[in-house]
Amino acid sequence: MKKNDLISITDYSKEDYLHILELAADFEKNPNQRLLEGKVVASLFFEPSTRTRLSFETAINRLGGRIIGFSDAGSSSVSKGETLHDTIRMVSNYVDLIVMRHHLEGSARYAAEVADVPVINAGDGANQHPTQTLLDMYSILKTQGTLDNINIFMIGDLKYGRTVHSLLMALSEFEKPIFNFIAPEELAMPEEYKLFLKEKGIRFFEHTEINENINHADIIYMTRVQKERFMDPIEYEKVKNVYILRNNMLNDTKPNMRILHPLPRINEIHPDVDKNEKAYYFTQAKNGVYTRQAIIAHILNLK
Amino acid sequence: MSDSLKKKLKLKVSAINDGTVIDHIPSENLFKVISILGLEKVKSQITFGFNFESEKMGSKAIIKVSDVFFEDDEINKISLIARNAKLNIIRDYEVVEKRVVEVPDKVIGIVKCFNPKCITNNEEITTYFNVISKNPLDLKCKYCEKITHEHQMVIK
Repeated sequence: MKKNDLISITDYSKEDYLHILELAADFEKNPNQRLLEGKVVASLFFEPSTRTRLSFETAINRLGGRIIGFSDAGSSSVSKGETLHDTIRMVSNYVDLIVMRHHLEGSARYAAEVADVPVINAGDGANQHPTQTLLDMYSILKTQGTLDNINIFMIGDLKYGRTVHSLLMALSEFEKPIFNFIAPEELAMPEEYKLFLKEKGIRFFEHTEINENINHADIIYMTRVQKERFMDPIEYEKVKNVYILRNNMLNDTKPNMRILHPLPRINEIHPDVDKNEKAYYFTQAKNGVYTRQAIIAHILNLK
Repeated sequence: MSDSLKKKLKLKVSAINDGTVIDHIPSENLFKVISILGLEKVKSQITFGFNFESEKMGSKAIIKVSDVFFEDDEINKISLIARNAKLNIIRDYEVVEKRVVEVPDKVIGIVKCFNPKCITNNEEITTYFNVISKNPLDLKCKYCEKITHEHQMVIK
């Protein structure tokens, strides 16, 4: 039987997305379902990521599964020079599912080829982080009641931000989304994604500043502008404070509008926004647990 | 090609009885072509020459392999570095078929992924690309999903 990995968001169809989101809603209603009873899951974090790891491990625990693994490569045999191939071959003998994060791009696809058991990519460098995309979609569905006709503003680092690229691809599968991109020139949405939207006949607009345009938004998706992305530190200094969302900017936004952020944030969302009911990023993180329960159930055909 | 040039070429490279002549290889890529086709392991007679004058290419290389006939899949691998290569299939000293090489839909091995952070550049893994554009050549890595453009291409 072909195993069902989740490596890249484009591995899945719209039907897969919808099935997972439906399961996520079910897990939110009833989080403790012991579907993984008697199963062992490997949580292999070759690169540390507290948020994603805890979210996955909570999901596995709520499903009644047991976890083996490591939270950084320093405490694994990788520090002795073992190849990814050998680590995966070995672990794949022990467990029913592998969740992995690795700093090298393509590592998860390769691990899925090597392993006999399904692999879930919990982030492979700057490449893919598909479970984030699914939890973003779940958050949009939950707050908007639909994934069709969503007017989404993506703000910040749109060049290197893998979460915005994956979300763009996934939302494009639904009816008539409208994309608005707000980014400094150096971090603008890459041409290949704009071309992809053009070919699909999907509308998008580009802006260079946060202004009253955001009053049309259903979703504002904020990302972090990362200093290390800039060749010239002066360029970073110029833009670092341009893309900060403040509470007083939200006065005339739509009542249904919600603000998402993959977290961690630095200064791009001012703390005064946190009190606003439109701030959704912490609930979004909570949704991550239900979504990951759903992904595991989908992959292992448990539901 | 002028008649005198043809004559000279004929003198420089001996004819073969049966086999394949690969012509119009860029001189600088001759040894890469030999390596990609694994010709160093072939037991039959092989002659090759390079830095021949060519009106179209300036300088070209030719390989003549006795008693070997290539499958399309095999020969198309060289299209990445010998875009205009032409094959003459020889039977009993006569050219019985002429073929051109075509860029395949998938490129397995041969090319290095340009992305230094790609797993294929950090562990012993055969590279694998889907060809998303043939001219200019754009190769999308199956692993890191980044695109290696023609000008970034390095042969392994």
